[in-house]
Amino acid sequence: MNENSPEKRKRESFGPAAILRLGVVYLCLMIVDAFALFLVYAFASDGVWELAITVGLVTLMVNVINLRRDLYALRWIAPALALMCLLVVYPIAYTVYVSFTNYGDGNLLTKSQVIKLLSRESYVPEGGKVYAWDLYQNASGEYALWLTDENDGDKYYFATMNDFAPVIDVPAGADKPEEHQGYRKLSRAESLRASGEAQDLAFGAESAPIGIAGRKSAGEFAQRYVYQAEQDAVLDRETGSIFHPVYETGRDADGAIYRTGQFQNDAGETLRTGFIAGIGLKNYRSFLERDDIRIPLTRIFLWTISFSLLSVLSTFTAGLFFALILQNRRIPFRRAFRTLLIVPWAIPGLISVAVWKGMLNPNLGVVSNILRAIGLEPPPFFIDPGWAKAGILLVNLWLGYPYFMLVCSGALAAIPSDMYEAAEVDGAGWWNKFRDLTLPLLLVAVGPLLIASFTYNFNNFVLIEAFNQGGPPMVEAGTLPAGHTDILISYAFRLAFGGGRGADFGLASAITIIIFLMVAAVTLLQYRLTKGWEETSENV
Amino acid sequence: MSKRKNAERKSYRPAENIQLAVQILILVAAVIFALFPIVWVISAALNPSQSMSSQTVIPPLPETRTISAEAPGKLLRIASPEGKRVERSAEMILLVEIDGEEKELRAPKNGYVKNIRYAVGETFQTGDALYDIRSSYLINVDTLLNTERKPFMRWMFNSVVIASVSSVIIVLITAFSAYSFSRFRFAGRRNLLVLILLVQVFPNLLSMVAIFLMLQQIGNHIPFFGLNTAGGLILVYIGGAMGINIWLMKGFFDSVPRDIDESAMVDGANHWQVYWRLIFPLVRPVLVVVGILSFIGIYNEFVLARVLLRDKDSWTLMVGLWQFISATFGQDWGVFAAGAVIGALPSLVIYLSLQDQIVGGLTQGAVKG
Repeated sequence: MNENSPEKRKRESFGPAAILRLGVVYLCLMIVDAFALFLVYAFASDGVWELAITVGLVTLMVNVINLRRDLYALRWIAPALALMCLLVVYPIAYTVYVSFTNYGDGNLLTKSQVIKLLSRESYVPEGGKVYAWDLYQNASGEYALWLTDENDGDKYYFATMNDFAPVIDVPAGADKPEEHQGYRKLSRAESLRASGEAQDLAFGAESAPIGIAGRKSAGEFAQRYVYQAEQDAVLDRETGSIFHPVYETGRDADGAIYRTGQFQNDAGETLRTGFIAGIGLKNYRSFLERDDIRIPLTRIFLWTISFSLLSVLSTFTAGLFFALILQNRRIPFRRAFRTLLIVPWAIPGLISVAVWKGMLNPNLGVVSNILRAIGLEPPPFFIDPGWAKAGILLVNLWLGYPYFMLVCSGALAAIPSDMYEAAEVDGAGWWNKFRDLTLPLLLVAVGPLLIASFTYNFNNFVLIEAFNQGGPPMVEAGTLPAGHTDILISYAFRLAFGGGRGADFGLASAITIIIFLMVAAVTLLQYRLTKGWEETSENV
Repeated sequence: MSKRKNAERKSYRPAENIQLAVQILILVAAVIFALFPIVWVISAALNPSQSMSSQTVIPPLPETRTISAEAPGKLLRIASPEGKRVERSAEMILLVEIDGEEKELRAPKNGYVKNIRYAVGETFQTGDALYDIRSSYLINVDTLLNTERKPFMRWMFNSVVIASVSSVIIVLITAFSAYSFSRFRFAGRRNLLVLILLVQVFPNLLSMVAIFLMLQQIGNHIPFFGLNTAGGLILVYIGGAMGINIWLMKGFFDSVPRDIDESAMVDGANHWQVYWRLIFPLVRPVLVVVGILSFIGIYNEFVLARVLLRDKDSWTLMVGLWQFISATFGQDWGVFAAGAVIGALPSLVIYLSLQDQIVGGLTQGAVKG
């Protein structure tokens, strides 16, 4: 290629324009690097290592591409590559990782985050006193606590940031003074506002700190859970029992069940908060092993395939049919017919589906009203699984046929007319012409688009979500969200974000990976079948 | 074409005329199927009665209804002044005193309050006309545009800004990449192309957890690209649109003969000059098509936007319309319909006026890869 020839290279290196260009490149690169370094530093100090590393690697890649002359061709692609790595590849990698974990409700934090959270919990040690409290503040903003020992005749104590002493000048049970030792009593509203800040403080002497534990109680609290790094265990100082993190689900000799991602003690009790832990192939195995996943998943899988196939078939047939009719030049207002027929394609999908949803409403919708008017019972589009599927296919036919009508019109116009004339001379009827001439030639041109349409419908989330959110619900799914018209992607979405029945990102991610593998396989097939594939290989 | 030959003939066989008639009938039926939902939603948008059940295909003429007193009484307070839009039928118009008891007079239907005939303190008799309620074709549009809880114009503005900015950047970045894939031959080129294609088919809807957490982290340090911002959403849209558009555009760049730039190279032009002076003007029409397709795709997108945008004021149009659908669909049907009609206009106009170019772009890009 030209840019590799020696003269060319010389000219590029030494011309004044080239030097200017190089300067601009370096300047841009420096700005990008400064920005990226800031992000890497920020992410690393937050402890979000996976993001810090990703941003670092992407920046490194961009730098290498721009600094090495032999990677000149990649310079043009660098912005796209950087964006894809950050916003597509990294999320994919993350999803793959999540699919091997128990990430979900109950296990939303990493182990170190859970330990940090636990370390904030406190308890009253044996012999520790509990008081009711009022908040005081002095002129320099320091807080103090007026403590009332309700178990000891409302005896008063006063705790500043570094001192704790019984109150002598106010008798027990008397009104609390508005001012004490230079501290002013805060009103109820003020103290409510300040309590968040005051809750983190330790009052009184350092040896026996007093903290606020609730809206009413303060006392000699101590940290309840202490993480012991050498044993990798959390000690509950209140009960003395030791909680070990569980990394592998199983039973011990006594038959007690241990669950991955929980802190559990020998008695089998667990702490409230679990952590994110690797669970190997468990999410994938549950496709086969758990009935409440296997049955819905199998049905949803079959429906996804048949929904995609039927959608492609129906939209293609209708589109081709109208395209064939529109070929007849004697039809008046052909152009107008064509334009009117593609209107459904030009409406945003969400809006179309919502309007159809309204029209098919069994009580109020216009379709039901018309059916009722001619004496038919309107079908239960949102209650009966079969009718719901029929409704979805009907709506998708409406949404999808204009595309194939346009595509087929184009492809039909490209078939040379002398081929038809030759066929007519041979005495072929219209059916023979269509079967032996039109269809094969058409499929060559439209075939890849049929496959593309299949993969599009395979992930046609908006249709399902806007029409009936996958309903009606499937009983076999138990507590998990699954519906009779759910397709794989909407099922996975519901498992991850849906239904208020608890998110299971791990399981959802595993299903996502399955979807990805299938769609990727179909896409590869599509490009093997098209010229695009050969063209790329031939040009390399 | 054989059809053209038929058309040139002077007379037609009866069978052909029957065939034509059948074809026209089929087309008319198809047009009815295609347009019925659209006619229906336009009619709903213009129908002053908001609920779905009382809708008719031809919206009733705007009418003025006079509300009369059912018993003698005294007007205590005017709750809804003249000209005020009454959305729901239960809204209070007048507070009156009847038989020594305070009573609220509520609007019987959706419309504008007109001609309140009494002043506060005046008395009226049974059967006296109190005020008028005037309906209007545009009341749903008025409600849509002037409800503070649902800032429709703001959503529309957000959508247009996000879609325009994203599609311009998408076209610029992917055109560079497409030029490189089309004009350079480098090691790993084919594998990179295939990789881009495969990575692209990952449903980004489902990598949402990762994207959500990432935007959250970024937003802690660079608020402009955080959650709940147009900047963050634009970033996500751009990243997700790279793959398919690189492929689409590479097809177009390939269709420009290489002789053109090779002869310019011989004359001493470098790639930068070839790109801007030669190739770019030639492919500009298709760049416009790709830009428009991206614009519409992003304008219509609502799943990512719904998860990443939290505040009502930062929502896009589709997220806003989704609220109508998921909440009180039956009640707000008229207002939703008005929003649907207005929201669909940009994409309808673009698609219908550019149908040939768009179809050309789609088929060419997909077939050529």
